[in-house]
Amino acid sequence: MSHADSGPAGGGDAARDETDSGEPRWLLSVRDLRVQFRVRGRPWTAVHGASFDIAPGESLGLVGESGSGKTSIARALLRLVPATGSARFAGQELLALEGEALRAVRAQLQILFQDPLAALDPRMRIGESIGEPLREFGARLADAERRSAVLAMMARVGLGEALYDRYPHEVSGGQAQRAGIARALLPGPRLLVCDEPVASLDVSIKSQISNLLRELQRDLGLSLLYISHDLATVRYACDRLVVLYRGRIVEGAPRDTLYARPLHPYTQALLAAVPVPDPSWRPATLPAMSPASAARPDAPASAPEGGCAFRLRCPMAQARCAAEAPALRRIGDSQVACHFAQA
Amino acid sequence: MNATRQGLWREAVRRLLEVRSQRWTLYVLATLLGAALLVPLASPHGYATPEWTRILRPPSPSAPFGTDGLGRDLLVRTMWGCRVSLLVGLVASLMSVCIGVAWGATAGLLGGRWDALMMRTVDVLYSVPFIPLVIVLTVVFGRHFLLVFAAIGAVSWLDIARIVRGQALAIGQREYIEAARALGLPPGRMLWRHYVPNLAGIVVVYATLTVPSVILFEALLSFLGLGVQAPLASLGSLVADGAAEMQAHPHVLVFPAALLALLILCLNHLGDGLRDALDPRQP
Amino acid sequence: MRSTHASPERADTPVLVLRGLALDYLQGDSRTQVLRGIDLELRAGECLGVVGESGSGKSQLLLALLGLSGPGARLSGSARLGGQELVDASPALLGAVRGRRIALVFQDALSALNPYLRIGAQLVEVLRHHLGMGRAAAQARAAELLALVQVDEPAQRLRQYPHELSGGMRQRVLLALSLACEPEVLLLDEPTTALDVTVQAQLMALLRSLRASTGVSMVFVTHDLGLLAGIADRVAVMYAGRIVEEAPAGQLYARPLHPYTGGLLRSLPLLDRPLPARLPSIPGQPPEPGTQPAGCAFAPRCPLVEPRCQAQPPERHEAGARVACFRTDAAGLMDEAWP
Repeated sequence: MSHADSGPAGGGDAARDETDSGEPRWLLSVRDLRVQFRVRGRPWTAVHGASFDIAPGESLGLVGESGSGKTSIARALLRLVPATGSARFAGQELLALEGEALRAVRAQLQILFQDPLAALDPRMRIGESIGEPLREFGARLADAERRSAVLAMMARVGLGEALYDRYPHEVSGGQAQRAGIARALLPGPRLLVCDEPVASLDVSIKSQISNLLRELQRDLGLSLLYISHDLATVRYACDRLVVLYRGRIVEGAPRDTLYARPLHPYTQALLAAVPVPDPSWRPATLPAMSPASAARPDAPASAPEGGCAFRLRCPMAQARCAAEAPALRRIGDSQVACHFAQA
Repeated sequence: MNATRQGLWREAVRRLLEVRSQRWTLYVLATLLGAALLVPLASPHGYATPEWTRILRPPSPSAPFGTDGLGRDLLVRTMWGCRVSLLVGLVASLMSVCIGVAWGATAGLLGGRWDALMMRTVDVLYSVPFIPLVIVLTVVFGRHFLLVFAAIGAVSWLDIARIVRGQALAIGQREYIEAARALGLPPGRMLWRHYVPNLAGIVVVYATLTVPSVILFEALLSFLGLGVQAPLASLGSLVADGAAEMQAHPHVLVFPAALLALLILCLNHLGDGLRDALDPRQP
Repeated sequence: MRSTHASPERADTPVLVLRGLALDYLQGDSRTQVLRGIDLELRAGECLGVVGESGSGKSQLLLALLGLSGPGARLSGSARLGGQELVDASPALLGAVRGRRIALVFQDALSALNPYLRIGAQLVEVLRHHLGMGRAAAQARAAELLALVQVDEPAQRLRQYPHELSGGMRQRVLLALSLACEPEVLLLDEPTTALDVTVQAQLMALLRSLRASTGVSMVFVTHDLGLLAGIADRVAVMYAGRIVEEAPAGQLYARPLHPYTGGLLRSLPLLDRPLPARLPSIPGQPPEPGTQPAGCAFAPRCPLVEPRCQAQPPERHEAGARVACFRTDAAGLMDEAWP
């Protein structure tokens, strides 16, 4: 899918590499990222060439359902799975780093996991888990110094001192996620990849953690790459959004624009499918779309060859969609990959 | 789930001791061990000196287990046999655990081609016929006590390696390992700080179950005449000796055999208990 | 589809009545209270939503009705299906009730379906066991059931294995299995949690249409308040093993009476409102299952707490709803309580 004519989705208005004052405009610039796995011996592409940018202090949302490739993108950026393409981070090419250089850059790029209890070693106490980055990065600290640094960070994220000595199975999901945040922030990263950070938490805890992340981001000037399938949570957490379908970016726009005027049929389907806590609410009439018909049931799991990947589920699909894969094109603030999307 | 500070091991031990049958197993094992250590010291009879005036006597107050074909006190010999069997069991198990864990954890951690290579090696070693191998070694090196350790240790690590490798692969899928990789931990540090503690539970269980199987192995070797050399005795060699006298003087067989069976039973039961005590906590 | 449940003269009779239902787990000397004093009524053809977080006991409630609680469980109180008492019923009776009169749809279809049997075999098994159908009749009925839940190409699907189907389709198969014997009551335990949001929307539409066409009564358990708004007639909110509020759906969402309900509703990020700078959130966390506070379990987290909340609040009735809270003025204070 070519993007050369309109710049990367989620790249904002002008894809210049520097602001007026000469500062680098983008903290992370991803171009044509491709992730491929071998499934039962055959190659399978999880991400078909994604391009996007994140500015310092900005929060970019990667939205998609299962199979969209959003998790693979996160893992590729953290060098947990192999990938091709380019990812320039703070002036370095992430995908080309090895050895010591790679280890050094990891301090600046951390990750928060979806299942906070599983992300902690069950045989290590919370305090030890949080303090692990301090053993890897930074000077040799005495045990007492490390402990006080950990306690300070724990206080920052709202964890009581008593939790330092507890084991993961002795704390709740919300507390475990706070511990995960503390561990991720200790090395002083510039970019935090959040992989569905509140998805597995109780409803009353979701908003606590969402608030905490937003607050920390503002205080520390962090950039976030926020991955989620939940359009309601993402709206609160992100400045710009990119929508993924089966490994391809189908739409990218600033937050308010995306929610007010979704252009791609898949984005419209996602928004229409979000449950609204109001029994008197009726689904808005979107073009050729109702929540029930949105995305036809039981569509085949494998992507069709050629053409638009969404065409088998799209109520607007026509002959052109099978023949020609749509490229990302700019419409107003947004970028859309659809032949028939209009403002 | 209370807030008190409890080590995970202490918790497991507590759970183990809650089960009555496990407490009894531990009492019995402690008694056996105590007897094995103290009886030969306390008894006036040596384990090796033949006494021609007292051969093949049935159990009596002066010889609670009777005497064997050379007039030696069977109680003392059986206790010595316990010592030897336990020693072989513990040392050979320890060896095989160390080798097996190192091999299996490394294979599981590295994955890919290294894993395939290391596991195929295990497969090849499995196919080597054990008894003929020991016979060959005996011929080459002569009958030496240490040979028994080496032979048994060299074979029993294979099972543990397989188990540990499977468990290490499963651990590698867990999110906390991904988190550790995201921190940039090198493989050695990851192995030591994350894999080994999480493998410890299953290793303890299998080690406890390896001891009885090693003891039985050694018993088999001794029964075939390939194990410990006379006058040293193991429970296995005593059973071999007893089998020869079985028809007329069953006591020479019955006592060592019963004790061997009791020892194996207790160790297996303890292994089961440990597995129960450790598993439900382990994610 | 044949239906005997939607006849008008039975519309008001409760199909399922729970009175003082309590569930404890006994292990050695310790006793864990999971459910306390549950009173609920399910009327014919209605959908009762049960919402709660972890530790609220909502899933345990469904399991307890069918006698599927784990080892060491002690159920007390009363749960009547029609006239039949289910608490302490014999295993034979419960076996006849399960699947036939009350069906349970689980959250994870992949674990609930036998991975070694084809879909058709699993459907036929249920039909032959409970309804005594012949093999040919059961096969035909199985295909009908798949069509009912909008699975395309039913004949082909019957021959497939669970892992060959997508998540949404597997959940439909579970629904078909549960409806096979035309039960009076359908219990759903987070049936859409593991699904993508677009597939979830389809499944909810399917549930609504099934309810309309078969008149089956439903108990829908979830943590997602938004989901219930689309299907529930009444909603019960559970916290720490008790029901803290129960009301007709429209009323609960528009004017919640209990501070917990109000907090839950206000902490949901919504798509159609302007973005707040900070999401209202309930401080603290839900209590561990089985912890037994003396007074109101929500008191430690409640912004409207008072000294009298140290005692268990009585249940009061107000305009068609029931709520367990001392603060009669809570409904009007929600905006201040959760800024």
